[in-house]
Amino acid sequence: MFALIRKDLQIEFRTKETLASLLMLGLLTLVVLSFALDPTSELRLEAAPGALWVAVIFAGVLGLNRSFLAERENDCLQGLLLCPVDRGTIYLAKTVGNFLFMMVAQLFIVPIFVFFFNLPATPALAGVFLALVLGILGFSAVGTLFAAISVRTRAREVMLPLLLLPLVVPIFIGGVKVTARVLAGKPLADVAQWLNLMGGFDVIFLVVGWLVFEYAVEE
Amino acid sequence: MNRVVRKAADTVLPWLTLVTMALAIFMVFVYVPTDRFQGIVQRIFYFHVPLAMMSFAAFGLVAIASIFFLWQGSRFWDRLAHSCAEVGMVFCTLVLVTGPIWARPIWGTWWTWDARLTTTLILWLIYAAYLMLRTVSASGDQEARYAAVLGIVGAVDIPIINRSVYWWRTIHPAVLITREGGSGLGDPRMQATFGVCVIAFLLLFIWLLWVRNESGRLRDALEDLRQQVLARESR
Amino acid sequence: MTGLVIETRGISRHFAGVRAVEGVDLHVEAGEAVALFGPNGAGKTTLLRMLATLLRPTRGDLRLFGRSVADGGRSARRRIGFLSHQSFLYPDLTPAENLKFYARMFRVVAPAARVRDLLEQVGLLGWAHRPVRTLSRGLEQRCALARALLHEPELLLMDEPFSGLDVDAVNMLSETLRQAHARGTTLMMTTHDLAQGFALCQRALILVRGRLLWSGVIQEQEREPFERTYLAAAHAVDARPA
Repeated sequence: MFALIRKDLQIEFRTKETLASLLMLGLLTLVVLSFALDPTSELRLEAAPGALWVAVIFAGVLGLNRSFLAERENDCLQGLLLCPVDRGTIYLAKTVGNFLFMMVAQLFIVPIFVFFFNLPATPALAGVFLALVLGILGFSAVGTLFAAISVRTRAREVMLPLLLLPLVVPIFIGGVKVTARVLAGKPLADVAQWLNLMGGFDVIFLVVGWLVFEYAVEE
Repeated sequence: MNRVVRKAADTVLPWLTLVTMALAIFMVFVYVPTDRFQGIVQRIFYFHVPLAMMSFAAFGLVAIASIFFLWQGSRFWDRLAHSCAEVGMVFCTLVLVTGPIWARPIWGTWWTWDARLTTTLILWLIYAAYLMLRTVSASGDQEARYAAVLGIVGAVDIPIINRSVYWWRTIHPAVLITREGGSGLGDPRMQATFGVCVIAFLLLFIWLLWVRNESGRLRDALEDLRQQVLARESR
Repeated sequence: MTGLVIETRGISRHFAGVRAVEGVDLHVEAGEAVALFGPNGAGKTTLLRMLATLLRPTRGDLRLFGRSVADGGRSARRRIGFLSHQSFLYPDLTPAENLKFYARMFRVVAPAARVRDLLEQVGLLGWAHRPVRTLSRGLEQRCALARALLHEPELLLMDEPFSGLDVDAVNMLSETLRQAHARGTTLMMTTHDLAQGFALCQRALILVRGRLLWSGVIQEQEREPFERTYLAAAHAVDARPA
C-alpha cells in the first residue's frame, strides 16, 4: 500500500498540478465569497466558517477529479488492477493520498482565511484543524469512491459534485458548526457531538468504500 | 415468477389501488373532521406523510436491491433498484411539493429548513444523482454497478444526514416551528384516515413499481431476443 | 511447469443483451504459444481480459494454473503478464520509476537490479530517466514490455502487441517473446498480423462474434491455405450488417 501512496506522491511532486489547483481554487473561492459578504458587516464573522468550508469542498472536488484523471492516461488503472493487490488496498491508498494533498493545501488556505476575515490567530485554530482533519478524511473516503466512478462516465466533471455534495452534507454541517464554535472561543467539549458525528462518518464510509471499491473500478 | 402470478398482479393491483385510493380520498375530504388549529390545509398532511414514508422506504429498497445485485449479479435486482428509484423519485418530488403548500398558510413561509423536510430535499438530490448516473454511464454493465454503489452509500448516509440536519436545526435558535406535527392525532377518525392513507399510498407505490418493473423486464427480454437472433445469424 | 495453465468451460461475458463472449471452452498447456485470430468486434480483447482477471466472466468456469479464480484471482495475477496497446505507464514518471513502482507492487526480489536488467534488455537504458510522456510510441511500448516481463510471469497475455510499432521494435519484441517462450513461458496473443502470429505460435484459435469457432495446430505447409480461408471468412463476416 505504501508503494501506491509513494507513487502518487512522486507524481504530484513532479507535476505539482493537484496542489496548485487545490490552492488556487480554494483561494479564489475565498476571494469571491469575501466579495459576496460585505467586509464591514457583523454578518461576516458569522459567515466566515461557512466560507472556509465552501472553499475546502469546492477545491476538494476538483482535486479528487484529478487524482483519477491521472490514472486514465495510458489506462494506468488497468495496470493497477493487474497487480496482485486487493482492490480495497488501492482504495485506501488513494484515499490517504487525496487526504494528504488536501491537508497540505489547507496549510496554506487556513492562514489566508484568517487573513481575509480578520480573525484572531488564537490557539482556537487547533480546533479548526481538528475539524478539517475529520472532515477532509470523510470527504476523501466518499470522494475517492465516487471520483473513480464519475471519471469513467460521460459527464465526467459534472458528475462528481452532483454525486458528492448531497452525500457529504453531514461533514459540511459538522465542519462549519465546529469551526464557528471554536472561533467563538468555546471549548472543544462543547462540540464533542459534532466531532463524534464526523468521526463516525469517517469510519463508516472508509469501511463501506473499502468493501465496495472493487465494483466501482472493475468491469 | 410464473405467468399466473403475473397475470394476477396485473389485474388485481390496479383495482385494489383504485379502491383504496378512492376510500382514502373520501375519508380525507369528507369523513375526517377539520383540524382545530390548522384548518382545512391540514388535510394535506394525510397525503404528505405517507408520500414521505414511501419515498424513504423506496430508497431503502433501492439499497437492498443494490446489495443483492452486487452480491449475485442477477439483472433482476438491478431492474428492481432502477424501478424503485424512479417511482421513489416521483413520490419524493410530491413530498417536496405538498410540503410548502402545507407550510405557507400555516407558517407564512414557503420553505422551512425543518429537519425532516431538509433531509427529504437531500434525499431528492440523491435520487436525482442516482438517475443521472444511470444516464451518463458508458455501458449497461457499468450503469448497474455504479448505481448500486450509489444506492448503498446513499442509504447508509441518509440516517447520518438526518441526524446532522436535526442537530443543525435544534441547536440554532428556533426561528420557525420545527415540529410538523405527526403526532397529535387525537381524534380516532383522524387516526383511521391516516391509516387508510398509508395503506393507499403503499398500494399505489407497489402498483407503480410493478408496472415500471414489468416494463423494464419486457424491454430487457426484447433486447435479449434481438441479440439471440443476431448471434444465430452469424453462424 | 507442466499442466494446464488456462482452462475455461463455457465462459461468457454478456450484460444487457450484449454478448461479447459466448460459451468458450479452451485449454492452454504450459509452454504453448497460442494465437487468437478473429475479425473486428469478435470479442478477442474481452476474452483476453477475462483470462487476465481484469474482467469477471458472467457465466462459466475459469481456472488459471489449476485454481479457480472465483476468489478474484489475486494469486494468479502474480504469475500473469499483460501487454496491451495501452502501456499502463504513468506519463509523468520516468521508465525507471514506473518499473520500480510495478516491481514493488509485484513484490519482485531485488527490484533495482531487475529493473536495470530489463531496461538493458529492451534497449531503454539511455532513456530511463526521462518522463514517459517524452518518449516515442515505440520506446513507450518497449517500456510496457519491460513492465509485463518484470515479475517473470509464467503466462504472457498480449493484445495486438505489434500494432503501431516500427520495424526495430517489432524485431525486438519478436526476439524477446521467442526467448521467453524458449524459457518455458506460455504465450497467448491476439493479432491481426497472421504472419507474426504464425512466426511465434503453433496453435491458433478463431473467435467470431464471441464464439470459439476453431482451434488447432497449424503446420508449416498448411499456413498459406489457412490464411486465404481465414481472410475470406473474416471479410464475409465484416461485410454483414450487425
